Amino acid sequence: MNPWSSSKEAAAGLCSRFGGWRLLGPGLLWTTVFCLLPMVVVLAVSLATRGTYGGVVWEFSLDNYRDLLHPLYGRIFGQSLLLAGMTTGMCLALGFPLAYYIARLPPRRQALWLIFIMIPFWTNFLVRTYAWIFILRTEGLLNTVLMQLQLISTPLDLLYSNQAVLLGLVYGYLPFMVLPLYAAIERIDPALIEAAWDLYADRWSLFRRVLIPLTKPGIIAGCVLVFIPSLGAYLTPDLLGGARSMMVGNLIQHEYLVARDWPLGSALSILLMLIVMGSLLWYFNAQSPQIRERGEQ
Amino acid sequence: MPVSRGLVRFLGFVAIAVLLWNGCDRGRETNQQGGAGAMVTLHYFTWSDYVSPELIHEFEQAHGARVVVDTFSSNEELLAKLQGGASGYDVAVPSDFMVSIMAAQGMLAELDSAALPNLKALEPHLQHPAFDPTHRYAVPYLWGTVGIGYDSTVVTPPPDSWDILWDKRYRGRISMLNDQREVFGAVLRSMGQSMNTTDPTVIEAAKHKLIAQKPLVKTYASEHYDQLLASGDVVLAQGWGGQVARAMRDRPSIRYVVPKEGGTIWADCLVVLRTSPNKALAMQFINFLIDARVAARTSERLLFAASNREARAWISRDILENPAVYPPAELIPRMEWMGDVGKVMRTYDRAWTELKMQ
Amino acid sequence: MRGQGIWLQSISGLGIAFLYLPIIVLVVFSFNASRLSATWQGFSWHWYGVLWHDEALLAAAANSLWVAVLSTSLVVLLGVPAAMGLERLRGRGRQALETIFLLPLVLPEVMMGVALLLFFVMIHWPLSLATVVVGHAAFNLPVVIVMVRARLQKLDPRLEEAASDLGASAWQTFYRVTWPLVRPAVLGAALLAFTISLDDFIVTFFVAGPGATTLPLKVYSMIKSGLSPEINALSSVLVLASMGLVGLSLMFQRR
Repeated sequence: MNPWSSSKEAAAGLCSRFGGWRLLGPGLLWTTVFCLLPMVVVLAVSLATRGTYGGVVWEFSLDNYRDLLHPLYGRIFGQSLLLAGMTTGMCLALGFPLAYYIARLPPRRQALWLIFIMIPFWTNFLVRTYAWIFILRTEGLLNTVLMQLQLISTPLDLLYSNQAVLLGLVYGYLPFMVLPLYAAIERIDPALIEAAWDLYADRWSLFRRVLIPLTKPGIIAGCVLVFIPSLGAYLTPDLLGGARSMMVGNLIQHEYLVARDWPLGSALSILLMLIVMGSLLWYFNAQSPQIRERGEQ
Repeated sequence: MPVSRGLVRFLGFVAIAVLLWNGCDRGRETNQQGGAGAMVTLHYFTWSDYVSPELIHEFEQAHGARVVVDTFSSNEELLAKLQGGASGYDVAVPSDFMVSIMAAQGMLAELDSAALPNLKALEPHLQHPAFDPTHRYAVPYLWGTVGIGYDSTVVTPPPDSWDILWDKRYRGRISMLNDQREVFGAVLRSMGQSMNTTDPTVIEAAKHKLIAQKPLVKTYASEHYDQLLASGDVVLAQGWGGQVARAMRDRPSIRYVVPKEGGTIWADCLVVLRTSPNKALAMQFINFLIDARVAARTSERLLFAASNREARAWISRDILENPAVYPPAELIPRMEWMGDVGKVMRTYDRAWTELKMQ
Repeated sequence: MRGQGIWLQSISGLGIAFLYLPIIVLVVFSFNASRLSATWQGFSWHWYGVLWHDEALLAAAANSLWVAVLSTSLVVLLGVPAAMGLERLRGRGRQALETIFLLPLVLPEVMMGVALLLFFVMIHWPLSLATVVVGHAAFNLPVVIVMVRARLQKLDPRLEEAASDLGASAWQTFYRVTWPLVRPAVLGAALLAFTISLDDFIVTFFVAGPGATTLPLKVYSMIKSGLSPEINALSSVLVLASMGLVGLSLMFQRR
């Protein structure tokens, strides 16, 4: 446990004169007003009715939630879950070896590689998405190069497809996977791996029986960090999907800013939030108490 | 209690900071009364890529004002933003049918025709438009038609019907507008219906026809389809004529056709919003934009037809004679204006959502 | 070490290439003289000139900087005390508060945008640049809290005790002892919040009002209205800027 919070003497610092609540107050008020209250408004609006030209009519109804049962919405959610799941899987498949590699480098070079992973994360998301448009479109870089190498005769249709969206999502969120995985792998005692090498014959068992169990919290953290934003993604499907494919984020934006059905849009947001909260709960439950303890440090 | 005092002081500080910020924001707009020295800011809410910076600059110089431009990409987005409480805009550019809706919603200020001398020179068919016959709220600005832009080297013979957009040979090489009323307009005309139909069964049938078309559609785009046409990404694009004309500059084989079933005639209009803090300046701005010379320069740049008929004198021949920009006079009776469909709008909203969700 | 097999190296190399190739390609082609195509037609600074003279773009950049500076100042002022307060709380209350504070971090961005939009409509606060600042401060607060707390947890509590034993007032203790120790974390957090604010599209998209077109909104509408090498040039500038920010944050963390 953290000695600071449990020791009575700690009360000698700022907290004696500026007790916890006074320090917390402004921030708490801010979060309450500009996060909790707005969420309550969303919940309230999701139970109201839409006006003819948009806007909200305060007549209580559960119609918006009933509308969510329409198979089309189910399909959008299903498709989004699938895309987000595939994104997570691909990030994991690509991120794990990368994180493992970095974690086993000499410390100096580890830092350098980590910076390399972080720079794209700090780079504007729109710019990173735009890069793929530039590469994938019919007269884009990839087609130009392939045609010049005479590997293809007619340009490939790459942009405006679910595959392009998937690619964009993996690209956008890969750093979210690598960083927690790295943190988990780096903690493993190299001696353990050495020992495992001696005990297990092949790489696969080493991976399955040693690495995965030891890095489980990192894997779960990475998956959650990738899954949540890709589930609610708006820009990637919009720009790389060509407004043809919709994910939940686009549907919500569409209900708000195009169809102007705020109550239905609100009900959709609430459903999205429930899914996100569900996956978070699963995350916390999946972490064993002992690991949770470690995570607190 | 000392506990609350510190908190109150802090919150006071935050509140003041926010108010100051908000205040100087507002201040920039409303200090018109502040006298000669104060710079007035005019907020202009318009379509993406619908302004030329030089013209804005000239207006700023002439009137000692600052013009801040924000953009939207569909009529629905404009409406949503305004309903969403974006209340500081002075001048906006809704299309015809959206003018009726916004007027019905009480969002528009009445225009002062005395302040708009250039109103006298409107094109004949724009003088008494159905959506606002007396120009109480809206002044037509740019106008044109919606048709099909196509690459004449690929699409042969030249199409003359909306049905070409359902032709499986062009699978994946078709773009449609990302605009619910226009897309439904096209399919309704191809079915021999009015694009303003309020019959739910007809709308339903139109929806199914669009869903059947969706696998052929590469993208729903209202903005960059001119580039898609020019680059060969698509060979058929439902589009606003002027934008197709822009594609012609980069790829001369692009042609424009208004299908025989007819299509939309549209006019984007200048309106002053009811909440505008600078109505007088807003009128001057509108009058400036529809001035013959200014409108002509706008037309030359955007390749949309100017509402001011005197602007024709300043526009080059090849643009005047390009049917994508200036529809031939005999075409106009075949075209249909989009109207406010009232409560049925919701049906369209729903159908459009369903199409996009497929 | 045996773990660093050749396949591991090549996968990692691929991963890094995957992360960087698109960015490098953008930067390289920002110097391409051609307007439309992706074929190389000679080196040119032309698009940077265009960028420099694009007033709407510069205005959007100015808006973005304003929003980032204001919202970051706000979250630092709110977040640092909140992190310290959280650190001092014990028991159940702390966990509940943590959940509340961290909520914006896990909310889908679209949800955050929608919620703020509805809220502003309901309280009749007209959308403007100010609402954008408030929105950014709402989702950046947990960023600061998390990063500052991580640092506070590592501090030796005896330092503060010693200071007060020696007769320092609460403010003196904070100013002379705690602050120098947490300053790197605060600066790092501020930089991260700053970057996130500069980067944000969705929340801004929902709550932006008149005159509040930020750089991402502008870039979005530029991308939507078609490709132009000007966007490549702009992207290169932004990539450079973000590298600068990473460098800065590393400098702070070193100290």
